[in-house]
Amino acid sequence: MAHDHDHSVSPHPESKDHPVRDWESREAAIRDLLIEKGVLDAGEIRRKIEEWEQKTPALGARIVARAWCDPAFEARLLADANAAAGELGIDARGVKIVALKNTPSLHHVVVCTLCSCYPRTVLGLPPAWYKSKAYRSRAVSEPRKVLAEFGTVLPEGVELRVADSTADCRYLVLPVRPAGTDSLSEEALAQLVTRDAMIGVAQASPPA
Amino acid sequence: MHDLGGLPAGPVERDEHDPGLAERRVDALMVLLMGHGVFNVDEMRRTIESLPPDIYERHDYYERWLLTIERLLIEKGVLTAEEIETRLRDQARHG
Amino acid sequence: MVEPAFKPGMMVRVRDIPVKGHMRTPAYVRGRQGWIEGLQGTFPNPERRAYGADGLPPVPLYLVRFRQSDLWPGYDGSDSLVLDIFEHWLERAEKTHGP
Repeated sequence: MAHDHDHSVSPHPESKDHPVRDWESREAAIRDLLIEKGVLDAGEIRRKIEEWEQKTPALGARIVARAWCDPAFEARLLADANAAAGELGIDARGVKIVALKNTPSLHHVVVCTLCSCYPRTVLGLPPAWYKSKAYRSRAVSEPRKVLAEFGTVLPEGVELRVADSTADCRYLVLPVRPAGTDSLSEEALAQLVTRDAMIGVAQASPPA
Repeated sequence: MHDLGGLPAGPVERDEHDPGLAERRVDALMVLLMGHGVFNVDEMRRTIESLPPDIYERHDYYERWLLTIERLLIEKGVLTAEEIETRLRDQARHG
Repeated sequence: MVEPAFKPGMMVRVRDIPVKGHMRTPAYVRGRQGWIEGLQGTFPNPERRAYGADGLPPVPLYLVRFRQSDLWPGYDGSDSLVLDIFEHWLERAEKTHGP
Protein backbone atom coordinates (compact mmCIF):
# COMPACT_ATOMS: atom_id res chain seq x y z
CA MET A 1 0.00 0.00 0.00
CA ALA A 2 1.49 3.31 -1.03
CA HIS A 3 2.51 5.78 1.62
CA ASP A 4 0.83 9.11 1.44
CA HIS A 5 1.89 12.00 3.61
CA ASP A 6 -0.44 14.89 4.12
CA HIS A 7 1.48 17.67 5.85
CA SER A 8 -1.31 20.15 6.31
CA VAL A 9 -2.81 19.53 9.76
CA SER A 10 -1.38 16.28 11.03
CA PRO A 11 0.79 13.49 9.70
CA HIS A 12 -1.32 11.43 7.41
CA PRO A 13 -2.44 8.44 9.47
CA GLU A 14 -1.68 5.68 6.99
CA SER A 15 0.04 2.69 8.49
CA LYS A 16 2.16 0.37 6.41
CA ASP A 17 1.19 -2.58 8.60
CA HIS A 18 -2.08 -4.52 8.46
CA PRO A 19 -3.92 -2.32 5.99
CA VAL A 20 -7.21 -4.14 6.59
CA ARG A 21 -7.29 -3.76 10.37
CA ASP A 22 -5.16 -0.66 10.67
CA TRP A 23 -8.05 1.67 11.29
CA GLU A 24 -9.42 -0.55 14.04
CA SER A 25 -6.06 -0.33 15.82
CA ARG A 26 -6.09 3.39 15.33
CA GLU A 27 -9.58 3.62 16.84
CA ALA A 28 -8.43 1.59 19.84
CA ALA A 29 -5.37 3.80 20.31
CA ILE A 30 -7.42 6.99 20.19
CA ARG A 31 -10.07 5.56 22.49
CA ASP A 32 -7.50 4.39 25.05
CA LEU A 33 -5.81 7.77 25.05
CA LEU A 34 -9.12 9.60 25.49
CA ILE A 35 -10.00 7.37 28.43
CA GLU A 36 -6.58 7.81 30.03
CA LYS A 37 -6.86 11.56 29.72
CA GLY A 38 -10.33 11.55 31.25
CA VAL A 39 -12.02 12.97 28.15
CA LEU A 40 -14.33 9.96 27.98
CA ASP A 41 -14.79 6.97 30.21
CA ALA A 42 -15.04 3.35 29.16
CA GLY A 43 -18.49 2.94 30.70
CA GLU A 44 -20.10 5.71 28.72
CA ILE A 45 -18.56 4.42 25.50
CA ARG A 46 -19.98 0.97 26.18
CA ARG A 47 -23.39 2.42 27.06
CA LYS A 48 -23.44 4.59 23.94
CA ILE A 49 -22.69 1.57 21.74
CA GLU A 50 -25.51 -0.35 23.43
CA GLU A 51 -27.86 2.60 23.08
CA TRP A 52 -27.31 2.75 19.34
CA GLU A 53 -27.63 -1.01 18.96
CA GLN A 54 -31.16 -0.60 20.30
CA LYS A 55 -32.05 1.97 17.66
CA THR A 56 -33.41 0.17 14.65
CA PRO A 57 -36.00 0.84 11.93
CA ALA A 58 -38.56 -0.85 14.21
CA LEU A 59 -38.84 2.50 16.00
CA GLY A 60 -39.82 4.33 12.83
CA ALA A 61 -42.17 1.50 11.89
CA ARG A 62 -44.09 1.99 15.14
CA ILE A 63 -44.42 5.69 14.40
CA VAL A 64 -45.74 4.99 10.91
CA ALA A 65 -48.18 2.32 12.09
CA ARG A 66 -49.56 4.66 14.75
CA ALA A 67 -49.98 7.41 12.16
CA TRP A 68 -51.88 5.01 9.90
CA CYS A 69 -54.25 4.11 12.73
CA ASP A 70 -54.71 7.53 14.32
CA PRO A 71 -55.25 10.63 12.13
CA ALA A 72 -54.80 12.97 15.09
CA PHE A 73 -51.40 11.40 15.80
CA GLU A 74 -50.54 11.70 12.13
CA ALA A 75 -51.33 15.42 12.27
CA ARG A 76 -49.09 15.83 15.32
CA LEU A 77 -46.37 13.81 13.57
CA LEU A 78 -46.47 16.09 10.55
CA ALA A 79 -46.31 19.16 12.79
CA ASP A 80 -43.53 17.96 15.11
CA ALA A 81 -42.07 14.52 14.49
CA ASN A 82 -39.67 14.67 17.44
CA ALA A 83 -42.51 15.22 19.90
CA ALA A 84 -44.71 12.60 18.23
CA ALA A 85 -41.91 10.04 18.56
CA GLY A 86 -41.66 10.98 22.22
CA GLU A 87 -45.34 10.12 22.71
CA LEU A 88 -44.44 6.52 21.82
CA GLY A 89 -41.51 6.48 24.22
CA ILE A 90 -38.97 6.91 21.42
CA ASP A 91 -36.19 9.32 22.36
CA ALA A 92 -35.80 11.49 19.28
CA ARG A 93 -34.62 14.59 21.11
CA GLY A 94 -31.97 16.65 19.40
CA VAL A 95 -31.86 17.02 15.65
CA LYS A 96 -35.15 18.10 14.10
CA ILE A 97 -36.95 15.33 12.25
CA VAL A 98 -39.59 16.14 9.65
CA ALA A 99 -42.08 13.52 8.48
CA LEU A 100 -42.93 13.59 4.77
CA LYS A 101 -46.28 12.09 3.96
CA ASN A 102 -46.64 9.99 0.81
CA THR A 103 -50.02 9.95 -0.91
CA PRO A 104 -51.30 8.14 -3.99
CA SER A 105 -50.12 11.12 -6.05
CA LEU A 106 -46.93 12.14 -4.20
CA HIS A 107 -43.98 9.90 -3.32
CA HIS A 108 -40.98 11.14 -1.35
CA VAL A 109 -37.46 9.76 -1.31
CA VAL A 110 -34.72 11.01 1.00
CA VAL A 111 -30.99 11.49 0.41
CA CYS A 112 -28.15 13.56 1.82
CA THR A 113 -25.98 14.53 -1.13
CA LEU A 114 -23.44 16.47 0.94
CA CYS A 115 -22.62 13.82 3.53
CA SER A 116 -25.04 11.12 4.79
CA CYS A 117 -27.50 12.76 7.16
CA TYR A 118 -30.18 10.33 8.20
CA PRO A 119 -32.98 10.28 10.83
CA ARG A 120 -30.86 8.09 13.09
CA THR A 121 -32.85 8.54 16.24
CA VAL A 122 -35.84 6.79 14.69
CA LEU A 123 -34.19 4.50 12.14
CA GLY A 124 -30.82 3.64 13.66
CA LEU A 125 -27.63 3.74 11.61
CA PRO A 126 -28.01 4.18 7.84
CA PRO A 127 -27.34 1.31 5.43
CA ALA A 128 -24.05 1.43 3.56
CA TRP A 129 -25.73 2.05 0.20
CA TYR A 130 -27.39 5.23 1.49
CA LYS A 131 -23.91 6.64 2.15
CA SER A 132 -22.51 5.58 -1.24
CA LYS A 133 -21.36 7.97 -3.91
CA ALA A 134 -23.75 6.42 -6.40
CA TYR A 135 -26.81 6.99 -4.24
CA ARG A 136 -25.79 10.47 -3.12
CA SER A 137 -25.07 11.53 -6.71
CA ARG A 138 -27.99 9.96 -8.56
CA ALA A 139 -30.90 10.09 -6.08
CA VAL A 140 -31.34 13.79 -6.87
CA SER A 141 -30.82 13.69 -10.65
CA GLU A 142 -32.21 10.27 -11.63
CA PRO A 143 -34.47 9.26 -8.76
CA ARG A 144 -36.81 7.14 -10.89
CA LYS A 145 -33.90 5.08 -12.19
CA VAL A 146 -32.53 4.69 -8.67
CA LEU A 147 -35.93 3.59 -7.38
CA ALA A 148 -36.18 1.11 -10.26
CA GLU A 149 -32.86 -0.39 -9.11
CA PHE A 150 -34.63 -1.02 -5.82
CA GLY A 151 -37.53 -2.60 -7.66
CA THR A 152 -39.83 0.38 -7.20
CA VAL A 153 -41.59 1.75 -10.24
CA LEU A 154 -43.98 4.62 -9.78
CA PRO A 155 -46.76 5.37 -12.26
CA GLU A 156 -46.27 8.41 -14.51
CA GLY A 157 -49.01 10.39 -12.78
CA VAL A 158 -47.31 10.18 -9.37
CA GLU A 159 -45.05 13.10 -8.49
CA LEU A 160 -41.71 11.90 -7.18
CA ARG A 161 -40.27 14.42 -4.73
CA VAL A 162 -36.67 14.06 -3.59
CA ALA A 163 -35.81 15.52 -0.19
CA ASP A 164 -32.11 16.37 0.16
CA SER A 165 -31.33 16.84 3.84
CA THR A 166 -28.79 19.61 3.41
CA ALA A 167 -29.00 21.34 6.76
CA ASP A 168 -30.48 20.91 10.22
CA CYS A 169 -33.46 18.69 9.40
CA ARG A 170 -33.64 14.95 8.91
CA TYR A 171 -36.44 13.40 6.92
CA LEU A 172 -38.61 10.38 7.61
CA VAL A 173 -40.96 9.19 4.88
CA LEU A 174 -44.48 8.25 5.95
CA PRO A 175 -45.35 5.60 3.35
CA VAL A 176 -48.83 5.00 2.00
CA ARG A 177 -50.74 2.38 3.96
CA PRO A 178 -51.04 -0.71 1.74
CA ALA A 179 -54.46 -1.81 0.54
CA GLY A 180 -56.14 -4.76 2.23
CA THR A 181 -54.84 -3.93 5.71
CA ASP A 182 -58.02 -2.68 7.38
CA SER A 183 -58.24 -5.65 9.71
CA LEU A 184 -54.63 -5.56 10.86
CA SER A 185 -53.58 -4.51 14.34
CA GLU A 186 -51.14 -1.66 14.79
CA GLU A 187 -48.40 -4.16 15.63
CA ALA A 188 -49.09 -6.15 12.47
CA LEU A 189 -49.06 -2.94 10.43
CA ALA A 190 -45.66 -2.02 11.82
CA GLN A 191 -44.31 -5.28 10.35
CA LEU A 192 -45.17 -4.00 6.87
CA VAL A 193 -43.12 -0.83 7.27
CA THR A 194 -39.57 -1.42 6.09
CA ARG A 195 -36.55 0.81 6.50
CA ASP A 196 -36.44 1.21 2.73
CA ALA A 197 -40.06 2.44 2.73
CA MET A 198 -39.17 5.07 5.35
CA ILE A 199 -36.24 6.22 3.20
CA GLY A 200 -38.53 6.19 0.19
CA VAL A 201 -36.76 3.78 -2.15
CA ALA A 202 -39.57 1.30 -1.58
CA GLN A 203 -43.22 1.28 -0.64
CA ALA A 204 -44.66 -0.42 2.42
CA SER A 205 -45.20 -4.13 1.82
CA PRO A 206 -48.68 -5.44 1.21
CA PRO A 207 -49.82 -8.04 3.74
CA ALA A 208 -48.45 -11.54 3.03
CA MET B 1 -15.53 16.59 -3.72
CA HIS B 2 -18.27 15.93 -1.20
CA ASP B 3 -20.87 17.95 -3.14
CA LEU B 4 -22.05 14.97 -5.14
CA GLY B 5 -25.60 15.80 -6.17
CA GLY B 6 -26.07 15.21 -9.89
CA LEU B 7 -22.62 13.84 -10.62
CA PRO B 8 -22.47 10.81 -12.89
CA ALA B 9 -22.20 7.48 -11.10
CA GLY B 10 -22.90 3.83 -11.67
CA PRO B 11 -25.64 1.66 -10.21
CA VAL B 12 -26.25 1.77 -6.48
CA GLU B 13 -24.54 -1.24 -4.97
CA ARG B 14 -26.96 -2.75 -2.51
CA ASP B 15 -24.47 -2.95 0.31
CA GLU B 16 -26.66 -3.98 3.19
CA HIS B 17 -23.95 -4.91 5.65
CA ASP B 18 -24.72 -3.78 9.16
CA PRO B 19 -22.07 -1.74 10.94
CA GLY B 20 -19.85 -4.08 12.92
CA LEU B 21 -18.48 -3.43 16.38
CA ALA B 22 -15.44 -1.49 15.13
CA GLU B 23 -17.69 0.82 13.13
CA ARG B 24 -20.07 1.26 16.04
CA ARG B 25 -17.11 2.19 18.22
CA VAL B 26 -16.21 5.01 15.83
CA ASP B 27 -19.82 6.12 15.79
CA ALA B 28 -19.96 6.15 19.60
CA LEU B 29 -16.75 8.19 19.81
CA MET B 30 -18.20 10.71 17.40
CA VAL B 31 -21.50 11.04 19.26
CA LEU B 32 -19.85 11.29 22.68
CA LEU B 33 -17.17 13.78 21.65
CA MET B 34 -19.86 16.00 20.12
CA GLY B 35 -22.06 15.53 23.17
CA HIS B 36 -19.19 16.66 25.37
CA GLY B 37 -18.64 19.71 23.20
CA VAL B 38 -15.16 18.76 22.03
CA PHE B 39 -16.28 19.60 18.50
CA ASN B 40 -19.59 20.17 16.73
CA VAL B 41 -21.21 18.57 13.70
CA ASP B 42 -20.30 21.47 11.40
CA GLU B 43 -16.64 21.19 12.37
CA MET B 44 -16.86 17.45 11.60
CA ARG B 45 -18.36 18.13 8.21
CA ARG B 46 -15.83 20.86 7.44
CA THR B 47 -13.00 18.52 8.36
CA ILE B 48 -14.28 15.58 6.38
CA GLU B 49 -14.79 17.88 3.38
CA SER B 50 -11.18 18.96 3.56
CA LEU B 51 -9.76 15.47 3.44
CA PRO B 52 -7.60 15.26 0.32
CA PRO B 53 -9.62 13.75 -2.55
CA ASP B 54 -7.49 10.60 -2.75
CA ILE B 55 -8.04 9.97 0.95
CA TYR B 56 -11.77 10.61 0.57
CA GLU B 57 -11.85 8.14 -2.31
CA ARG B 58 -9.74 5.42 -0.76
CA HIS B 59 -11.35 5.13 2.65
CA ASP B 60 -14.72 3.82 3.63
CA TYR B 61 -17.27 5.84 5.52
CA TYR B 62 -16.22 4.98 9.08
CA GLU B 63 -12.55 5.19 8.25
CA ARG B 64 -13.14 8.73 7.02
CA TRP B 65 -14.97 9.58 10.22
CA LEU B 66 -12.10 8.19 12.27
CA LEU B 67 -9.58 10.27 10.31
CA THR B 68 -11.83 13.27 10.88
CA ILE B 69 -12.14 12.64 14.62
CA GLU B 70 -8.38 12.29 14.84
CA ARG B 71 -7.75 15.53 12.96
CA LEU B 72 -10.16 17.44 15.15
CA LEU B 73 -8.75 16.02 18.38
CA ILE B 74 -5.32 17.19 17.25
CA GLU B 75 -6.63 20.55 16.06
CA LYS B 76 -8.33 21.12 19.41
CA GLY B 77 -5.21 20.11 21.33
CA VAL B 78 -6.89 17.13 23.01
CA LEU B 79 -4.35 14.66 21.65
CA THR B 80 -1.14 15.03 19.67
CA ALA B 81 -0.19 13.13 16.55
CA GLU B 82 2.92 11.90 18.36
CA GLU B 83 0.92 10.40 21.22
CA ILE B 84 -1.28 8.54 18.78
CA GLU B 85 1.62 7.18 16.75
CA THR B 86 3.47 6.17 19.92
CA ARG B 87 0.43 4.33 21.20
CA LEU B 88 0.01 2.55 17.86
CA ARG B 89 3.64 1.41 17.97
CA ASP B 90 3.22 0.19 21.55
CA GLN B 91 0.05 -1.66 20.60
CA ALA B 92 1.77 -3.34 17.66
CA ARG B 93 4.73 -4.37 19.83
CA HIS B 94 2.67 -5.83 22.63
CA GLY B 95 -0.16 -7.26 20.55
CA MET C 1 -36.02 37.79 16.74
CA VAL C 2 -35.30 38.61 13.13
CA GLU C 3 -38.41 38.48 10.90
CA PRO C 4 -38.00 35.86 8.16
CA ALA C 5 -37.57 37.53 4.79
CA PHE C 6 -39.51 34.96 2.76
CA LYS C 7 -42.95 33.42 3.03
CA PRO C 8 -44.37 30.17 1.68
CA GLY C 9 -45.27 30.43 -1.99
CA MET C 10 -42.71 33.12 -2.78
CA MET C 11 -40.50 32.46 -5.75
CA VAL C 12 -36.80 32.64 -4.93
CA ARG C 13 -33.48 32.15 -6.63
CA VAL C 14 -30.46 30.50 -5.02
CA ARG C 15 -27.58 32.98 -4.99
CA ASP C 16 -24.26 31.83 -6.28
CA ILE C 17 -22.16 33.21 -3.44
CA PRO C 18 -18.44 32.50 -3.78
CA VAL C 19 -18.06 31.06 -0.27
CA LYS C 20 -14.69 29.52 0.54
CA GLY C 21 -14.93 26.76 3.05
CA HIS C 22 -17.83 24.95 4.55
CA MET C 23 -21.35 25.56 3.38
CA ARG C 24 -24.53 23.52 2.93
CA THR C 25 -25.88 24.77 -0.40
CA PRO C 26 -25.23 22.18 -3.10
CA ALA C 27 -23.86 23.21 -6.49
CA TYR C 28 -26.80 21.72 -8.36
CA VAL C 29 -29.23 24.41 -7.08
CA ARG C 30 -26.98 27.45 -7.45
CA GLY C 31 -28.63 30.04 -9.67
CA ARG C 32 -31.88 28.04 -9.84
CA GLN C 33 -35.36 29.27 -9.08
CA GLY C 34 -37.82 27.58 -6.83
CA TRP C 35 -40.59 28.20 -4.29
CA ILE C 36 -40.56 28.57 -0.56
CA GLU C 37 -42.39 25.53 0.85
CA GLY C 38 -42.01 26.63 4.44
CA LEU C 39 -39.81 27.85 7.26
CA GLN C 40 -38.05 25.06 9.12
CA GLY C 41 -36.96 27.34 11.92
CA THR C 42 -33.89 29.39 12.68
CA PHE C 43 -30.54 27.72 13.24
CA PRO C 44 -27.00 28.83 13.99
CA ASN C 45 -25.05 29.47 10.81
CA PRO C 46 -23.10 26.27 10.03
CA GLU C 47 -20.62 28.21 7.89
CA ARG C 48 -19.40 29.89 11.08
CA ARG C 49 -19.89 26.97 13.45
CA ALA C 50 -17.67 24.88 11.22
CA TYR C 51 -14.75 27.06 12.34
CA GLY C 52 -15.53 27.13 16.04
CA ALA C 53 -17.74 30.23 16.21
CA ASP C 54 -21.24 29.99 17.68
CA GLY C 55 -22.95 30.92 14.40
CA LEU C 56 -25.35 33.30 16.16
CA PRO C 57 -27.66 35.05 15.61
CA PRO C 58 -29.58 32.08 14.18
CA VAL C 59 -30.48 32.26 10.49
CA PRO C 60 -33.89 31.36 9.05
CA LEU C 61 -33.79 28.02 7.22
CA TYR C 62 -36.32 27.40 4.47
CA LEU C 63 -37.58 24.30 2.75
CA VAL C 64 -37.35 25.26 -0.92
CA ARG C 65 -39.00 23.30 -3.75
CA PHE C 66 -37.75 23.03 -7.31
CA ARG C 67 -39.11 21.40 -10.43
CA GLN C 68 -36.73 18.65 -11.48
CA SER C 69 -37.22 19.83 -15.06
CA ASP C 70 -35.60 23.13 -14.01
CA LEU C 71 -32.60 21.39 -12.43
CA TRP C 72 -31.57 18.69 -14.90
CA PRO C 73 -31.40 18.82 -18.71
CA GLY C 74 -33.81 16.35 -20.26
CA TYR C 75 -35.77 15.69 -17.07
CA ASP C 76 -39.41 15.83 -18.11
CA GLY C 77 -42.55 15.62 -16.04
CA SER C 78 -43.77 17.03 -12.77
CA ASP C 79 -41.26 15.53 -10.35
CA SER C 80 -39.86 17.88 -7.72
CA LEU C 81 -37.04 18.25 -5.26
CA VAL C 82 -36.94 19.94 -1.88
CA LEU C 83 -33.99 20.90 0.24
CA ASP C 84 -33.18 23.18 3.16
CA ILE C 85 -31.49 26.47 2.35
CA PHE C 86 -30.40 29.28 4.66
CA GLU C 87 -31.86 32.72 4.13
CA HIS C 88 -28.64 34.44 3.06
CA TRP C 89 -28.43 32.09 0.09
CA LEU C 90 -31.80 33.20 -1.30
CA GLU C 91 -33.16 36.24 -3.10
CA ARG C 92 -36.61 37.10 -4.45
CA ALA C 93 -37.16 36.02 -8.03
CA GLU C 94 -39.69 37.15 -10.60
CA LYS C 95 -42.59 34.77 -10.80
CA THR C 96 -42.17 33.32 -14.29
CA HIS C 97 -44.26 30.20 -13.90
CA GLY C 98 -46.28 28.33 -11.33
CA PRO C 99 -44.98 25.41 -9.30
